[in-house]
Amino acid sequence: MGEGRLFAVVLAPLAAAALSLLLRRVPLGPPAVSVLAAAIQFSILLSLLPGTLSGLPAETAALPLAAGASLRLRADALGLLFALVSSGLWAVTAVYAAGYLGATGEKRLGAFYAYLGVCLSAAAGIALSAGPLSFLVFYEILTLATYPLVVFTGKPAAVAAGRKYLVYALGAGQLLLVATVWALWLAPGAEFTPGGFLAGRASPAALSALFFLFAAAFAVKAAVMPLHGWLPSAMAAPVPVSALLHAVAVVKAGAFGFLRLTGFVFGPALTGELGAGRVLAWAAAATIVIASLRALGETNLKRRLAYSTIGQLSYIVLGAALGSTAAFAAAAFHIAAHGLMKITLFFCAGGLYAHAHVEDVSEMNGIGRRMPLTMGAFALAALGLAGMPALAGFLVKWNLGWGAADAGRPLFIAVLIVSAVLNFAYFFPIVHSAFFGKGGGNLRLEEPSAALWGPPVLTALGALAVGLFPDAGASLYRLAWAAARACAGGAP
Amino acid sequence: MSAFHYAACGALFLLGLHGLLFRPNLLRKLMALNVLQASVVLFYILLAAKRGASPPVLSGPGPVEAAAFINPLPHALMLTAIVVSAATTGVGLALLIRIHRLFGTLQEPEIREKTGLS
Amino acid sequence: MNALPVLIVATPLAAALVPPLLALASVRAAKAWSLAAQALCLALSIAALRAVLAGGPLRHALGGWPAPWGIECVLDAFSAALAVLVAGLAVLTTVYAWDWEDRRGPVREGAFQSLFLLLLAGLLGMLAAGDLFNLYVFLEIASLSSYALVAAGPGREAPLAAFRYLILGGAGATFWVLGLGYLYALTGTLNMADLSSRWPAISASPAAAAGLGLMVAGLALKMPVFPLHGWQPGAYAASPPQLMPFIASAGSKVMAYAIFRLLAGTLGSEGQAGRVLEALAPVGLLSVAAGSMLALTQTDVRRMLAYSSVAQLGLLFVGFSLGGRWAVIGVFWHMLAHAVLKSCLFMAAGSVARRRGSCEIDDFAGLGRTAPLTAFCFASAGLALIGLPPAAGFFGKWYLLRGALDAGAWVSLSVVAASGLMTALYVFRLLERMYLAPPPESKRVEPMGPWGAAPMLALAVAAILLGVFNQPLIAAFIEPARLAATGGRG
Repeated sequence: MGEGRLFAVVLAPLAAAALSLLLRRVPLGPPAVSVLAAAIQFSILLSLLPGTLSGLPAETAALPLAAGASLRLRADALGLLFALVSSGLWAVTAVYAAGYLGATGEKRLGAFYAYLGVCLSAAAGIALSAGPLSFLVFYEILTLATYPLVVFTGKPAAVAAGRKYLVYALGAGQLLLVATVWALWLAPGAEFTPGGFLAGRASPAALSALFFLFAAAFAVKAAVMPLHGWLPSAMAAPVPVSALLHAVAVVKAGAFGFLRLTGFVFGPALTGELGAGRVLAWAAAATIVIASLRALGETNLKRRLAYSTIGQLSYIVLGAALGSTAAFAAAAFHIAAHGLMKITLFFCAGGLYAHAHVEDVSEMNGIGRRMPLTMGAFALAALGLAGMPALAGFLVKWNLGWGAADAGRPLFIAVLIVSAVLNFAYFFPIVHSAFFGKGGGNLRLEEPSAALWGPPVLTALGALAVGLFPDAGASLYRLAWAAARACAGGAP
Repeated sequence: MSAFHYAACGALFLLGLHGLLFRPNLLRKLMALNVLQASVVLFYILLAAKRGASPPVLSGPGPVEAAAFINPLPHALMLTAIVVSAATTGVGLALLIRIHRLFGTLQEPEIREKTGLS
Repeated sequence: MNALPVLIVATPLAAALVPPLLALASVRAAKAWSLAAQALCLALSIAALRAVLAGGPLRHALGGWPAPWGIECVLDAFSAALAVLVAGLAVLTTVYAWDWEDRRGPVREGAFQSLFLLLLAGLLGMLAAGDLFNLYVFLEIASLSSYALVAAGPGREAPLAAFRYLILGGAGATFWVLGLGYLYALTGTLNMADLSSRWPAISASPAAAAGLGLMVAGLALKMPVFPLHGWQPGAYAASPPQLMPFIASAGSKVMAYAIFRLLAGTLGSEGQAGRVLEALAPVGLLSVAAGSMLALTQTDVRRMLAYSSVAQLGLLFVGFSLGGRWAVIGVFWHMLAHAVLKSCLFMAAGSVARRRGSCEIDDFAGLGRTAPLTAFCFASAGLALIGLPPAAGFFGKWYLLRGALDAGAWVSLSVVAASGLMTALYVFRLLERMYLAPPPESKRVEPMGPWGAAPMLALAVAAILLGVFNQPLIAAFIEPARLAATGGRG
C-alpha cells in the first residue's frame, strides 16, 4: 500500500530536475519548480506519517534487481524522519539558492537546480530504502550527483576538491558494495529489520569484519575522523550546496547509514556483543573532540562550520554505537536537529558572503548590528548546537547523556560536556563580536534580499519550535523514539 | 621417434621465439616467426612418424593392416598450418614493404627514433 | 543436423568476395552489401540462439562425415549467445561507420569491407567450431584480417603497429597449435566432444598441463591480458577509428570464450585443466592492477581505453578461476557489459578522432559543450564501466563478488572491489576535462551525422538499461549459457 506515494517521493525531485533544465531560460523557473516539487514531496511524506506511527508503514512491491536482493521502498519511522528533514530543508534551500545565486551573479540556474533535484531524489531514496541493495544504489547515485555541485564554480580549488571528494566517496562506495554483497550473501534476500538480521549468520570474527567494512564505508560520508578530509575541501562549492548537501543530505546519508547499520542490520544486541559498538563509540567521541578543537583553529567561517559539522555528525554515530534506546533516539533526532541548525548557520554564512563579502571570522566585528536578522538566526542556531536548553540541540545531548548512562558508559557524558564547552568556545566569540564588537558602525539595517535572510530565520525558528515542543503532534521527535524502540525490540 | 628429434624440434622453437622477440630487424623477426611455425610443423610430423611404416596409400584390394601405415591426420593438419603460415608471411611482407617505403629502413630502433613511437 | 552453425560462418565468408568489385561501381553499394550480409548473419545467429534455447545444441557434420572423423560445427547456448553479440556489434559498427569516407578511394573501401566481413567470419567460425584445430583455422582467419585492418589505419604508425601485432599474434597462434599437438598426442582426437570423454584417462598427465598451458597462453596473448598485451595499445591507437568499436569489443570476448570452452566446457575443470584454470587467477589479478595503472598514465585516449581493456579482461580470468555458479554468471555478464560499454566508448572516442584528427586527452576538453551527445555517451558508458549502480557494469562486479565469497577468495574479492575505484580514476580524469575544461578554439568542429550518433546513443542507453533488466537477461540467456559452458557442473 502507498506504492504510488512512495515512488512519487523519489520521483518528484527527479521531475523537478528535468523541468529545471527545460525551464532554465524562464526567470525564476527552476527555483519555483523546486519549491513546488518539495512542497508536493513534503505533503506526501506527511500523508505517510499516520501509517508509519501506527506501525503499518507504507511499502512498495519488491523489484528484483539482482538474485537474492531487490529494490523496495518503505516508509519506516527512521526513514520517514530523514525524508521529512531533507524534503523540508530542500524547499527552504530552493528559495535561498535563488537569492544567493542571483547575488553572486551565477547564471546556470537550470543546471544547478537539476543537480540538486537528483541529489534530493537520491537522498529520499536512501531514506526510504527497505534493504541494503536499494540503499547502495541510491547511495552511489548521491555520490555521483553531488560531484557536479562540488565543482560547480569550475575554479581550481573546486576542481581539486571534486577530485578529493570522488576518491573518498567512490572508495567508500566500493567498500559498501563489498559489505552489501557480503551481508546479502550471509542472509539472502534480507531487508533492514528492526533489531538486525545478521545475528548468528557467521562467526563473530567475520561479523566484526563485516561491521567495520560497513562502518568504514559510512564513515567517509559521515566524515568520521580520520576519513573526514574531503568535507572541509568541499566547502569550495557554492553556499547553498554546502548548506543542503554538506549539512543535510550527503553527510546525513552517511550518519543515517550508521543508524541503519547498528539498528537494522546488526541490531543493538549484536553490535554490543561483537564489541564493535565500543570501538565505534570511541572513534566518534574522538572525532567530536578533535573536530571541535580544529573548528576553534579555523578562522574561515565556512571551514569552521565544516569542522563543526564533522563533530556534530559524530553525535549521531555515537548515539548509533552506544546501543541504548535513548541514545539511538537522540541520534535519530539529531538528524533533524543538526540539519535545521547547521543549515541556518550556512545560510547566514552565505548571506554574509554574498551581501557583505565576509568570509573570515575576524571580519565579523559589528556585523550583527548591520544584519540583525541574519546574525540573530545565526546566534540562535549556534547556541542551539552548543546545547543551550530550550533549543533542539539540548534535547539531543540530554538523551544522549541518558543513553550513555543506560548503556553503562557514563564516561561519554564527559565527552558531551567537553564538546559543549568547545562548541560555545568556537561559536560564542563570533556571536559576541558580531553584536558587540568594535567597528561596523551603529545599528543600521542593511539586510540583503528577503530570499537570503528569510530562510535562515525560518529554519532557526524551526529549531526553536522543535526544541520547545518536541512532543507536539506527530512530530519528528516521536518518529525518532518510534525507530529507537523498534530496534530495541519494544523496550522503553 | 627418438628424444633427439624432439629436442631438435624444441631447439628450433626456442630459436624462433628468441629471434621473434629480440631481433632488431623486422624482416628477421618475420623469418623467426617462420622458423617458429616450421618447428611446430616438424613436431606434428614427428608425432605421426613411425619407423618402417609407409604412407597410407592402399596398393590393392585385401585386408588393411593399419599398423603398417603412418598416421595421415597430422600431415593433413600441417598442410593447413603451412597455408596459414604462408598467408601470414605474405601479409607480413606486404606490411614490411609499406614500412620500408614510409621509413626507409627495417631496423626497429631506427624506426623508433624516426617516429618517436615506443 | 541443422545448417545454421555453418550458415552463420558461410554468410560473411561468401559475402566477403563481393565488396571489392562492388566498390568500383559504388562505395555506398559495397557498404550496403556488407551491412546486409552482417544483418543476415545477425538474423541467423538469433534464429540459432532461439533454436538452441528451445531444443539444445545445433550440430552439423560437414560433408556428412560424422564426428569424430568428420569436421563438426556446433552451436550451444554459450556460443550462440556470443554469436548474437558479435554479429550485433558488427552491425552497429558498420552503421556507425556508414558516412565515414575513406579519402583513399573506392578500392580501399571495398577491401576494407571485405576484410571486415572476413574478420566477422573468423570470429563466428571460432564460436561454431566443434574441434580445436578448426578453431585455430578460424582464429587465423580472424587474425589475418585484423592485421590488415589495423594496417589500414590513417596514421604513419599503422603498418608498424600491424606488423608488431602480426608477429606476436602469429606466435600466439603457434603456441595454440603446439599445445594442441600435445593434447592430440595424448588422446588421438581433436573433436571437443570426443576429447571430453577421453580426458579423464589422462587428466593428471604433466604433458597435458604443458599443452593446455601453451594453448591458453596463445589465446591470452590474443585477448590480451597482462603481460602479453604488448601489441594491443599500439594496434588500438593506429586502427581505423570507425572499426575500433568492433575490434576492441568482439575479438577479446571470443578469445575468452575459447579459453573457457576448452578448460571448463570440454575438459570439465578436471585434473590439469582445473589447475590451469586456477593459475589464471594471479594473471587476472595482475592484469587488473597493471592495466588500470597503465591506463592512468596514457595521454592518448584510445591507448587509455586499450589498457582499460587489459584490466577489464583480467576480471574475466579472475572469474574463470573462481568457477562456481555466481562467478561464472558474473564473468558472462561482464563479457556482455564490457563489449557494450567498450564499443560505446570507442564510438565516442572515434567521433572525437574524426572531429579533431587526434584522440589525445586534450582533444576531449570542453566536449560537454562542443559535442554534448558524444560527451553524454562517453560519460554514460564510462560511469557504467566503473560499476555505478544500476548500470550494466555494476552487476558483473556484484556477481563476481558473490562468486568470490562462495569460493572464499579474499584476494580476488579485494581486487574486484578495487578495480572499480581504479576505473573511476581514469574515467573521471576524462570526464573532468570534458565538462570542466574550456574547449580548444583552434580546431574545427564537425557535427556528427545521425549514422554515427544512433548506434552510439543506443549503446549508451543500453549501458543503463541492461543493468536494470539484468535479472530477466540472466535467466533467459546467461544461465543457459553457463549450463552449456560448464556442462551443468559447478
